[in-house]
Amino acid sequence: MLDTLLPILMFCALALMLLGAWRRVSLWRQGRPSPVSLMRGLAAMPRRYLVDLHRVVERDTYMSRTHVATAGGFVLAALLAIIVHGFGLHHRLLGFALLGATVLMFCGALFVAKRRRNPPARLSKGPWDRLPKSLLMFSVSFFVVTLPVAGILPGDVGGWGLALLLLAGVAWGIAEMFFGMTWGGPMKHAFAGALHLAWHRRAERFGDGRSTGLKALDLEAPDAPLGVEKPTDFTWNQLLGFDACVQCGKCEAACPAFAAGQPLNPKKLIQDMVIGLAGGNDADFAGSPYPGVPLGEHSGGPHQPIVNLQGKGLVDADTLWSCTTCRACVEECPMMIEHVDAIVDMRRHLTLEQGATPNKGAEVLDNLIATDNPGGFNPGGRLNWAADLNLPLMSEKKQADVLFWVGDGAFDMRNQRTLRAFVKVLKAAGVDFAVLGQEERDSGDVARRLGDEATFQRLARRNIASLAQYRFDRIVTCDPHSFHVLKNEYGALGGNYQVLHHSTYMDELIADKRLTLGQHKGGSVTYHDPCYLGRYNGEYEAPRSVLKAIGIEVKEMERSGFRSRCCGGGGGAPITDVPGKQRIPDMRMNDIKETGAELVAVGCPQCTAMFEGVVEPRPHVKDIAELVADALVDAPAPATQKPVARPDVLEVH
Amino acid sequence: MPHNLLNVITLVSVGAHPVTGRARRAEQDARAVELGLRLAGKELQLLHAGDPQVEALRAYLGMGLAEMTVLQQPPRADVVPALGDYLRDAGAQLVLTGSQAEVGEGSGMLPYLLAEQLDWPLVVGLAEVESVTEGVAQVLQALPRGQRRRLQVRLPFVASVDNAAPEARQSAFGPARRGQLRPQDVAVVEDMLLEEARLQPARPRPKRLKVIKAKTGAERMKAATAKASAGGQVLTDMTPEQGAEAIVTLLRDEKVLR
Ligand code: SF4
Ligand code: SF4
Repeated sequence: MLDTLLPILMFCALALMLLGAWRRVSLWRQGRPSPVSLMRGLAAMPRRYLVDLHRVVERDTYMSRTHVATAGGFVLAALLAIIVHGFGLHHRLLGFALLGATVLMFCGALFVAKRRRNPPARLSKGPWDRLPKSLLMFSVSFFVVTLPVAGILPGDVGGWGLALLLLAGVAWGIAEMFFGMTWGGPMKHAFAGALHLAWHRRAERFGDGRSTGLKALDLEAPDAPLGVEKPTDFTWNQLLGFDACVQCGKCEAACPAFAAGQPLNPKKLIQDMVIGLAGGNDADFAGSPYPGVPLGEHSGGPHQPIVNLQGKGLVDADTLWSCTTCRACVEECPMMIEHVDAIVDMRRHLTLEQGATPNKGAEVLDNLIATDNPGGFNPGGRLNWAADLNLPLMSEKKQADVLFWVGDGAFDMRNQRTLRAFVKVLKAAGVDFAVLGQEERDSGDVARRLGDEATFQRLARRNIASLAQYRFDRIVTCDPHSFHVLKNEYGALGGNYQVLHHSTYMDELIADKRLTLGQHKGGSVTYHDPCYLGRYNGEYEAPRSVLKAIGIEVKEMERSGFRSRCCGGGGGAPITDVPGKQRIPDMRMNDIKETGAELVAVGCPQCTAMFEGVVEPRPHVKDIAELVADALVDAPAPATQKPVARPDVLEVH
Repeated sequence: MPHNLLNVITLVSVGAHPVTGRARRAEQDARAVELGLRLAGKELQLLHAGDPQVEALRAYLGMGLAEMTVLQQPPRADVVPALGDYLRDAGAQLVLTGSQAEVGEGSGMLPYLLAEQLDWPLVVGLAEVESVTEGVAQVLQALPRGQRRRLQVRLPFVASVDNAAPEARQSAFGPARRGQLRPQDVAVVEDMLLEEARLQPARPRPKRLKVIKAKTGAERMKAATAKASAGGQVLTDMTPEQGAEAIVTLLRDEKVLR
């Protein structure tokens, strides 16, 4: 009896699976076009899965081994089962192979089940608690039905009773594993995940690459939507990406806004996008909700606006404005989903179409438009901080080795200390540098992250035009946000430069022995990795090696390097200022205090401002440039500072 | 509560940012648009007299309006006649303006001249329109130090707003780009004043120094918040000549006139 029923069951499940796949694909195809190569993507997929994805998964060794066993066992078992039981190819060797595969899958499934016994809060419950049982059921039933094929048991053992039991087991197993894969069950992640890897919108991320710059909106095309209003405004491969989420909650655990009790949970956000894609409400979401936002009140559909400013849509605007764009979620996501892209896409709609940038947002954007800086200061005062420093101007020199990009920190008294320190370092090393002075404008970072792509592009184009007048080898800046934007986001608008963060450049100067440095005096030091330097640009080493050169042994925080926790200052978060239970900089300051360090070294004006905003007593905050400038030993050369720099300047024609 | 049947027209001008002088939506005009939007919603009409090519005008459209009528006028024309004719023909019931332009003459006379030409009432410092029933609007007028005066005004009327009116909503790029500037050819009237007068940068007005002889914090607080001046005298039953005489005497005393 099994011999007749099994194939029927299996082919029915497979047929339904194909039907589901077709339905799912048509859901994705509601999205807008995206320039990815379908064939090349598919060809690259196995490597992306085995190498790139596993590099992320391997950070959690337990889960990575479990997944290899379970998934590997399942894929093998499923293929063999189709051959053996579906097509009835009862070969003994195949039988043994199938037995082996089910045993492997069974072992993996046991570990999945174990993790589920006391699951961390980040994991989803509901259907996800059912999954290990289904995995066990699939592997056990196929193991037993295969025993006769391998010749270990006679075919008729156990009679009707066992046969029925087995049939039920197989039915449950394949319902979850085949049918559920394309009809929205937990196994959907395998199907969508594989295709998501193949057709990822940032193919550069694979093979050790990095791709973190936001993608430019085409403002010239009059009918291209300005950002994402409804789910179908995403590109089709973004929609596919949302579907790939395994609800592992790694993003949730890393998200500073979630930890601060702001109404954002990146995992829930991705699931909300899935709800929007297929239509429905969020009552059945089985994970942690947005802090302070009850489940079941929000719903959406593919053609409905995601944010409803008058009532309740799928997602509240505050959720989108809570994000600091720190990319911690993207960094942790084993499915390589791009949360930040999605969030900024939706912000773009709110700002460009609705004019609904919250709190100080509108004012900051107006200032950027009218004065080229977010504070609304007179642009003529951009160089006031250096009135006594005799800074060489590009407009006079026309060319220099290094263009020092000052950034908007020029208007901030605290950051001016950092800038002056860095100038001191540059002069001590005799670097041939110059600044743009009043020709410099805000890089556009904040405008872009607040969703104002138009203002970003306007600022960027004008900066690119200023830069195009002069010859320089490299741009060096103390601001990781300007650094990131100049390096990774101006390219699409025609500005390609070699850009360095000042820590990288100082590291180079030290390696070239152009600085005479003493030792840091003044207690123990920890270092905070700025998101836009670390996760966005992969620079973790240079700041540490600079600190080492002045005799500092960094007392590392638990969350440092690629796991560094955001200071709360990115993505315009201090401007939109969505309330939570605690403040992100306070949480980060606690991380800092835990190391017992007396001073935290930073490399970003935003981080400096956020940390200095934490009430005392707390560790002191100093920029790496300040620490290096303090450790400078006056070179034995007879000349004093000014003449050292001057002759260099004069030699240039 | 938008009064959808009310025919509201907001007059807008090109402003200048106080720090950089870049063209922008004028602060007070934008507030007038905001008030208009709250009253008439998307039915609000925008009217500008000047050059339809000026991009800064789009910032008003970015507040969520589909179009703006632009009466084509050269830079130094007297726009009052053209505006007045248009408003009368358009059947406007409520005309909103800022109090003073940010560029050009900036005399703040336009609302007055317009009201005079149309022979309509003028409310200055409009803060809120509370209701409109049977052709009569109940409005709040802003007075110094946060005070409000409730007025009843018969439609149609002109109202100017200052910084007491609600803050203007954000201007969004999408609607600003899509919106239409609809030019209209109208008669041009030379500005007699500009014909003969010369423009020069304004000097800041002299401010009377308040000498505060307070000893305690409380007294200082009182002095700072008290009404500008309680002194002086009220002159009644005088001929115009006597009044003028009194004013000139005062100005002499204050050394404004020498
Ligand atoms: S970018 Fe940072 S703040 Fe935004 S959702 Fe991801 S982890 Fe949270
Ligand atoms: S988005 Fe990524 S990290 Fe977050 S739950 Fe889904 S798969 Fe996990």
